[in-house]
Amino acid sequence: MNKFVMAIFLIAAFVIGMFYGSNKQAAPIITSNTGGASYSGGYDKNTDKEVVNKKVTAKNASTKKSAVAKRKVAGTTHVVNDGESIMAAVELAKPGDTIQIMPGKYHETVYIDKDDIRLIGVIKGGKRATLDGQKKLNDAILYSGNNIVIENLMITQYKGNGIMGQAGNNFEIRNNIIVDTGVYGIFPQLGKNGIVEYNVLSGIEDAAIYIGMSDNIQVAYNDVFDNVAGIEIENSRHAIVEHNNVHNNTGGILAFITPGLPIKTTFDVIIRHNFIDNNNHKNFAAVGSTVAGIPAGTGILIMAADEVIVEDNLITNNKTAGILITDHDNAPNTTLDPDADPAPDKVMILNNLMLNNGYDTIDEAKALMLTEFKQGNPDILRVGVSRDSCIINRHRYVTVGVKDWQECTFTNTDNIKSYILDEPVPARKIDPSERGKVVYMGICAGCHVYSGRMVGPPVQVIQALYMDNPQGIADFIAAPTKKREDYPEMPPQNYLDEKTRLAAAKFMLSVTK
Amino acid sequence: MRHFILILLLMFFSNAKAMASDTFTLVSHCPPSFELIKVANQPSVCHLVNLYQFYDSVQNRGVGGLHTSLPKHRDGFTPQQIDLGRYLFFDPLLSKDGSLSCASCHQPDKGFSDGLDRSIGITGEKVARSAPSLWNVAFLDKLFWDGRATTLEQQAQGPLFSPVEMGNTPDHLLLSLVNNKVYERLFVEAFPKQIKLTLAQVYRALAAFQSTLISLNSRYDHYAQGYHKALSKKEIAGLNIFRSFVARCAECHQPPLFTNNQIAVIGSPDPKGMPFDIGAQKTYQDLGVSTEKAQKLRGGFKVPTLRNIVKTAPYMHSGRYEKLRDVVKFYNDGRGNSVPKNEKLLLHWHIWEPNLTDEELDLIVTFLGTLTDESLMPQIPKKSPSGLAIVDKSYQINRVSQKTK
Repeated sequence: MNKFVMAIFLIAAFVIGMFYGSNKQAAPIITSNTGGASYSGGYDKNTDKEVVNKKVTAKNASTKKSAVAKRKVAGTTHVVNDGESIMAAVELAKPGDTIQIMPGKYHETVYIDKDDIRLIGVIKGGKRATLDGQKKLNDAILYSGNNIVIENLMITQYKGNGIMGQAGNNFEIRNNIIVDTGVYGIFPQLGKNGIVEYNVLSGIEDAAIYIGMSDNIQVAYNDVFDNVAGIEIENSRHAIVEHNNVHNNTGGILAFITPGLPIKTTFDVIIRHNFIDNNNHKNFAAVGSTVAGIPAGTGILIMAADEVIVEDNLITNNKTAGILITDHDNAPNTTLDPDADPAPDKVMILNNLMLNNGYDTIDEAKALMLTEFKQGNPDILRVGVSRDSCIINRHRYVTVGVKDWQECTFTNTDNIKSYILDEPVPARKIDPSERGKVVYMGICAGCHVYSGRMVGPPVQVIQALYMDNPQGIADFIAAPTKKREDYPEMPPQNYLDEKTRLAAAKFMLSVTK
Repeated sequence: MRHFILILLLMFFSNAKAMASDTFTLVSHCPPSFELIKVANQPSVCHLVNLYQFYDSVQNRGVGGLHTSLPKHRDGFTPQQIDLGRYLFFDPLLSKDGSLSCASCHQPDKGFSDGLDRSIGITGEKVARSAPSLWNVAFLDKLFWDGRATTLEQQAQGPLFSPVEMGNTPDHLLLSLVNNKVYERLFVEAFPKQIKLTLAQVYRALAAFQSTLISLNSRYDHYAQGYHKALSKKEIAGLNIFRSFVARCAECHQPPLFTNNQIAVIGSPDPKGMPFDIGAQKTYQDLGVSTEKAQKLRGGFKVPTLRNIVKTAPYMHSGRYEKLRDVVKFYNDGRGNSVPKNEKLLLHWHIWEPNLTDEELDLIVTFLGTLTDESLMPQIPKKSPSGLAIVDKSYQINRVSQKTK
């Protein structure tokens, strides 16, 4: 035997020893999730600036089913009949109003740049109000206001999104059917405190339900199938995804940090009590989209997101893996973003039923398994860096990359009922006592200085004219007329409501320098 | 005779000095939209007051929809520092040979850009990229097209000391300011507690002035604040396409600033005949990121604000597009339509094939016209402390026509 062969032999013996050695472990730690400690949650309303009343109930004890602000006065109900325009009703509506949409076909984009509007489809004998984009229109519904409710609609054949929120807080999107439409089915972006529940979504070429850059979210009781991604929680915090039926998508439930976005974190995401079955659909995402890199057959995908808890899901028949955990460096299509931590840290895998996953997995997974001398079909695959993650009852699953994980110090999330706020995020109103100053400084001061000439006459001169008459200024600026030969005519300030104009006028009269 | 000339000269100089000290004073009030706030045992400072500050935004990042707060910003400078910055900004003394000021490439009447595809520096040659607008720079923490500076103070040193831009050196700049009696006095007014004039004061004054270039009161803003008649039907239709998930403009050009202040690889074309501009790849390589990772941002540039965008043609880092309509068309022409064949870029995920109609493209351009607001335009000084001609519109026209002849 020459030295070379000897060396190989020795290495082989060493490796085999490791292999058997690692299998010869002590009896597995079996943890029951009945009783046992509960996860205390990553959300503390006492440190949340947006939460006004911090004393309402004990921490994390909210059982609220509503996210929108309560209405103090019942508004008007506008009824839209088949053949009429939903948008016309939205234009008429004032905050506090409800729009009821009768069954029928509607071909339009509805945008809601107002607060507290409820868009409610009326279902009669199983017939719904259907928004049909006919593959020509971009999005079905866009909203930017707070306290928006969208219910009972059918949405189909749009090029963009079904329902898209841009920075609206306190939203409820419920009981809608969204099929064969666009890029995202339901996409609330940049909002806080919202519920997405009891919706049916299928045939979406990216994420069916996509929570983007948002906080305090509840996604529950949705039926989500035949999409590229079922439910995606991206660059968001304090989200619960529970009681959903997620099947035959390319990837079932995703918790991501997508690098390159202005909000850089995802943490405190609870994925529990979901059916996640047979997510083996061929990936039909647009080239270059983040989800285009998801291997078909992925039950849960955690990319770079922190504090993701996976509990009591039934994860079955997903051919690549039941749960795939990756950092950015091992994920395709991710850009470089030094401000976003690429590692999924503090992942917590509690009890889950896993059956028949990983039966036709990807080559990368097989290669990973080889590094741990594992065989069989992977339930849980972890690739790349993950710090301080934990798992219980790991012996039940075929796993790669979790052998060094700690045992979790808790067994359930029972203490956390909901991350929906006890009281909604307060209205974006400027304090009346500040309003005059803000408008004067932000708008009037662009053209008027106390003494001296800018675009308009000096404030001193205006003060002399309107000494005790702020209402006179408020009226004039709503519809100005040309007064002075040597100054340009003032543009109307009628975009400010009457109270605001009066407050600014009063402030202008009080200015002393 | 000699004696006589000497007297004349002396008279001239003392006169000039007297004139200067009479002419130049720094104001003690804040610019419009800024409130003077008293600070204990310190000079009073100017703080921005704006309607948007009273809204909220997720994680306080200042991106979102119509009612969204602004991101963190620079203010808190004294009125004197701001005013000193204004003089410095327009004074060609800051360049190597007294021929260029900041305002040469950041002209107030051109949205604080210069109307050129790529700016012309001290050598008379065009530099590598287009001059970005300065409106709302107070809100940015990535400056330059490739995002290589994180503060305005750091940014200022780029053009000042670039041999192809203003061509100055730190020593020469400091010397010319120290030797100028007017500046000597103005710097003491702006920085009363500091013993001597420093370059850090120059950068700070320039930052102070630039942070007052606020544009947040356009017709779009009136709409956003709740007055829906501020925009025409067509403009609203344009807004809806702009923020739709087909066009996806608002995914990066996010309100209220119409930028998310991130780096994006979009694959827009380079100037004709110029080598491929690797953009932010270099920024991150220089920061020590491995080439393999930095390559993910090869060809990446900062998402620019769209405020006052109709004022700042031509467009993109290369100034390759004369008209906004051409820019919008570029995004509609499909992923990678202008990427050189030998380049492999990790294009941004929102770059796709929206297949918008011509009419929709026109409507986006129509909407962009509602983002114009120059109500807080600063006053251009009539004279510079150095005595050199202020770089204004006519001066610039002459210069450009000479250089391009």
